[in-house]
Parts: sequence; C-alpha cells; structure tokens
Amino acid sequence: MTQPLPVEIRGVAKAFGTRQVLDGVDLAIGPGETVAMVGPSGGGKSTLLRCINGLTHFDAGEIQVGPHRLRGGHQPPPRETVVQIRRLFGMIFQDFQLFPHLTAAGNIMEAPVHVLGMSAAAARQRAVQLLARVGLADRADAYPRELSGGQKQRVAIARALAMEPRGLLCDEITSALDPELKHEVLAVLEELKADGLALIVVTHELGFARRSADRIVVLDGGRVIEDGPPPQVFEQPQTERARRFFQQILA
Amino acid sequence: MATQRTIVHAIPALVGLLTLASLGMVRAAESAHADQTPLRWAADAEGGAPYIFKDPENPERNIGFEVDLAEALAEDLGREIEFVQYQFGSLVPGLQRRDFDLAMNGLEITPDRARVVRFSHPYYVYTLQLVARADETRFHSLEQCRAVGGVVGTLEDTAAERLLDELQVRKSIYDGQVEPYRDLEFGRLDAVLLDLPIALYYAQQNPKLKFVGPRRAQGYYAIAFQPQDGQLADQFDAALQRLAGRGRLRQIYEKWGLWNLDQTKLFDPRGADEILRQAEGRWGMADYLPLLLRGAWVTVQLAVLSMLLAVALGLPIALMRLSGRWPLQAAATVYVEFFRGIPVLLLLFFLYYGLPAIGAQCGIKSWLNLSAYLAAVLGFGLNYAAYESEIYRAGIGSIPAGQWEAAASLGMSRTLTFRRIVLPQAIRVILPPMTNDFIALFKDTSLVSVIALVELTKQYQILAKSSMRYVEIGLATAILYLVMSVPLGHLARDLEKRWGKGA
Repeated sequence: MTQPLPVEIRGVAKAFGTRQVLDGVDLAIGPGETVAMVGPSGGGKSTLLRCINGLTHFDAGEIQVGPHRLRGGHQPPPRETVVQIRRLFGMIFQDFQLFPHLTAAGNIMEAPVHVLGMSAAAARQRAVQLLARVGLADRADAYPRELSGGQKQRVAIARALAMEPRGLLCDEITSALDPELKHEVLAVLEELKADGLALIVVTHELGFARRSADRIVVLDGGRVIEDGPPPQVFEQPQTERARRFFQQILA
Repeated sequence: MATQRTIVHAIPALVGLLTLASLGMVRAAESAHADQTPLRWAADAEGGAPYIFKDPENPERNIGFEVDLAEALAEDLGREIEFVQYQFGSLVPGLQRRDFDLAMNGLEITPDRARVVRFSHPYYVYTLQLVARADETRFHSLEQCRAVGGVVGTLEDTAAERLLDELQVRKSIYDGQVEPYRDLEFGRLDAVLLDLPIALYYAQQNPKLKFVGPRRAQGYYAIAFQPQDGQLADQFDAALQRLAGRGRLRQIYEKWGLWNLDQTKLFDPRGADEILRQAEGRWGMADYLPLLLRGAWVTVQLAVLSMLLAVALGLPIALMRLSGRWPLQAAATVYVEFFRGIPVLLLLFFLYYGLPAIGAQCGIKSWLNLSAYLAAVLGFGLNYAAYESEIYRAGIGSIPAGQWEAAASLGMSRTLTFRRIVLPQAIRVILPPMTNDFIALFKDTSLVSVIALVELTKQYQILAKSSMRYVEIGLATAILYLVMSVPLGHLARDLEKRWGKGA
C-alpha cells in the first residue's frame, strides 16, 4: 500500500438555498487515520464527505488533500485537481450505484480500462482478485440485479479499490442493508483499515465506529461539536447535544 | 364562388322570362318537368386554369371555360347548376358516393371510367402538348426526350400519364398543373406533357418555356354522371348539341383561346360509345403488384433514411437541451418547439417549392434546388429529430444522478460517463418509443405525394383511381403496410418487455 496522505479542512461552508448545511467546518485528518463522522441527520456529514472529493462544490473555505487544494467560492475547482483527489480517495455510496448494464467484473474493470488505459485482460485479472478480496470470487459474471445488497456493496468497494486509492470515503454504506448483511460489509472495511487504507466514514453504526475508528467526529448544525478518540467522545462528550444524540441512538 | 352566385341569381329570372315569352313548346315542357333543386357540379378550382380557377383579380370568383359552359348549360336547361369544390383525383369516386350530380373538369373519357360512370357527349377535343425549357436542345419530340433519359412531369390518372407509360418515358406525377411547369423551370424536370388547354394557359406565355413537337393523342372531355342518371345525361347531351348548333360552344372556346379545328369533329355522329371501343383491356393483380411493391420500396427508403437523420440529429439537440448552457439550451428549445409545432406538409412544401424560389432570388439556385427525394428525407428528418430529441432527453434524464456521481468518483469524465454508463442504460428507455415513432413515420411518409414522389399510398391512389378497384388494391396496400409495420410493433414490445423492468 502506498503512503497515505493527510486531509485538512479549513472553514468550509455550504448552503443549499437558505439552509446552511456546513457552517465553517475545521478538521485535520492525519495520514492513514480512520475517522468516523456521526451525528443527527441533516448535520452535514454526507455533504462534507462529498465536498472532499469534489462532488459538491462548497461556498467558502478550503480543503487540502495531500498536495491538492480545493477552494470554495463561485469559481468551480479546476477539473484536474478534482480528478487527482478522486484518484486518491474512492467513494462508496449508500445505494451502491453499481452500473446495472455491466457484470460485477465489468463494473470493476470499467474505470481501469477506460480511465487508466489498462488492457481488458489485465483489468479482468485485477477484478477477479479484488472480488476474491471482498469474498465474491465466484460472482464475477453476475449482474447487479442478481446480487444481494451486501454483495452489491462489496462489489462497489472492489470497484473503488480497482483505482488503487489511498483511502475511501464511505457515505452511510450500510444504511440500506438488512442487519444480517451489514456485518459482511463492515468486516471488509476493517480488513481494508488493517491493510493501511485511510477511511473517512459517515455512519450510524456506533459499535463499528467505536471498534474501528481512530477518531470520532460529531457534526451537528453544520459544525464539528465533538472531535476525539472513541472512548473520550462516547464516554465524556463535551457538549449536551452530543450526549443527547448518543442517548437517543443507544436507547 | 361569385360566378355561382351570379348563376344562382340569374337563372330563375331567365327561366321565368323564357317561359313567359313561350320560347318553344319543348323548352317550356322541360322547364315544367325540371326539378327545382340546383344540380351540384363538382370540379377542382385549385390551380385549374383554364378549366375553372380563381379569378386573379377577385379570388371570391371562379372563372374558366367550364364555368362559362356550366352557365350556358344552366341557361339552356333552365336549371340552376351549383359549383362544388372537389379534388380532381377524387371526382369519379365522389360521383359514385353521390356527393354531387355531375363532374365536369376536363375529365377524359377512358374505358375504366366509362365502366363506372355515364359520360355525356364530349364537349371538347383535347390533344397533348409537350413543353420543354426554352433553351432545350437535346430533343424535339417525346421519343427523343425518352432517348436522352429525360424525366417528364404530368398529372396523375390522365391521358398524358398513360401515353408516357405506353412509351415508357420516365415520369414524375403531380397533383396540380402549376407545379410541373414550376419544376420544369427549376430544372427538376426535362419536359411536361399535359393537355393542350393547360399548356396554352400555363406555358405559352412563359418565355422560359417552349412547345416541343407535334400535338398528340387526341381525346375527349365529357361530363360524368352517375350511371343511373341516364335521363339527366340525355338532357345534357341535347343541351350540348343545341349549344354547338347555336355556335355558343365555339364562342366560349374562342374567348379562352381554345378553339381549333379539332373541335369541329365534336358533333360527328361518332359518339362517346364508339370512342370507348378503342379501349384496351383491364388489368389484374400481376399488373399492379409490381407497382405497389415499387411504391413500398420508396416508402421503406424514405422512412429508414429519414429516421436515421432524425436519430442522428436528435441526440445533439437533446444534449444541447441538457447542457445547462443557456445559448445552447435556447437554440435547442427553439428547434424542438418549431419543428414540433409546424405540420410536416408545410415543411415539405417549403423545402421543395419554397427553397428554389428563394435560391432563384438570391442567385444560389442550384444547391437549394433539392430533389423531391432529398426534400422528403430532410423534411421528415428535421421534423422527427424534434420528437427523437425529446425521447433522448427523457431517456437520459431517467438515469439517476447517482450513476453520474459514481462514475465521476472513479475518475471518469462526463463524456466518458455519458458514452459508457448513461447512454447504454438510456438506450433501453429510448428504443421502445423510438420504434413506435418509426412506425408512425412509416405511415407519415404518405404525405410526400405533395412533392411528386410516388410511395405506397400514392401508388395505391393512382392504381385505384385508374382501375376503380378501390377495395381490392386497398387490401393489397394495407397488407403491404402491415407486413412492414407489424414486425416493428412486435420489436417495440419485445424491447419493452426485455428492458422495461430495468436492472
């Protein structure tokens, strides 16, 4: 695994219409650090994640990923920068977003072949290896509609890994899954962390967060209200709002 | 219609006067018998000079030698004759449907027609006149024209068309008598073969055109009645005899520059029946099927080429509308609204007749002078591109934004995403309605007869009119359409079934 990179978020703000979704977020993530972002819905977690890889353009502040910097404002960021950042951080979505007209292997091969210019044979070999890594060695030729939700999400992870990123942005990737399927996805994430991949995870799985994350960040009202190692944040939250949030979740 | 109004007003007064003056016992007796409802006379006044046409000085009024003749006949018979506008090509079936009492509109006596209508004594002897451009040097007769591969324009189901078929001259069929001479001027035709009266009126005064070769193929115009109206027809025969005897016919023809020595033969003892005996036999399935198949082939070509153009043009228009850049969006929206909003018929007319006129004005004549074929493909292609672009737009819009985002997160550019991810999925949404449009286009191509292209429907009209076998040939034509469209319909349903459920 190549060297992980730091991510630095400074004063990022974003409004959708009159609703201020991010209200000056500052966050520094060390190289290879696994961060779990939690908090009530509407708190800005997913938006922040999408700002990091340029899917959402923010109004103010800046985000630095390794040597690449995105600036907020009217001017959309240079395509080149966005593409570079997306190479460093892959993204996994809540609703998988597999390409329905391609097989599992086809989904994984798509970007290596058409973006990196890899040969189809080499990409296929890589796809099969990646499928084995997420426990789906025998499903290479299955279409997405033939896979369960957990399997789909694992294919989506393999697809992101095919571009050899330094980390993954995971946007509530188990929320659409039945409880018994969640663990197979979370298990894959834990292995990736063990392999040294930086994970920035938006999640409601507090158990997973406590077990696997190096840091817990609580977002509410577009601001970071808690930030620290899991025991500290879960057991001695600094704010009343965070305390209430944990009580509700654990109740 | 002012002429008709004049007739309507003048006749009762005249009849009264004549009766009061006791102008002969026979006449008085006829008037007494006369039914007082006006006789309905059908003709086509659309570009129909010198037979019947709109008075250039007063479009409310119809003039022409047949208007004068109708007036004279009404006067002689003591009965009102009322004009009814009717498509020339449909006069005979219209008569069979009893839409009117008589048809007088340069109808030639032909054996096919004589089988289904009762013709009066002929009222005019016509000949055919070949007309070419004034600078034409390649030919001096119809035969020479054929030898140089010239295309000759004419009206459908006329003696002229039959002569061209007989001599196997390449022909182009028109609905009206103005358009062939226009196309001759534009250089789309090499010559026009039509009845002398038409040539006299439309071509003789035109310095760009000239008469070529001798007049040929003498024939007769007669008034057509329903077969069971023999008595009425007899009255008209007698009236025509009287008008000829009094020199009234000659007066009318001289007024319109149509009098010639041919007309003296009119009241030879040889009547229409005898003329009919020169008839050739009727034709059957083996004769018309190849013609229908040729028409069907034109239909297929037009539909396929137009659809290819529409499908190719529709995509960039849809992409412009989806681009989010306002000048592109505005241009595409204007295109779609414009071509969806105007009738294809109008577009075809404009492309075929309008563009050459503009070209002539601007001195860029040649390349605006589209062939009928090109004009048809372009017209349908432009029109259907508007519809196809909307189908593309709906199809592309049906792909969730998440697919774009997932591809973007993998480093794929928008173009690559569109080509590899969005379009292959959208195709499944796009193809079924597009196939339906193709079926619709298939049938819409029948509109091209207005620009002198003979496809399947037009071929049907021509064959049915000249043989009077509307049902039999109609069925054959319908079967040909179904053979082409039903498999397409099945394909559309299959595609929907296979892809409609989504993945």
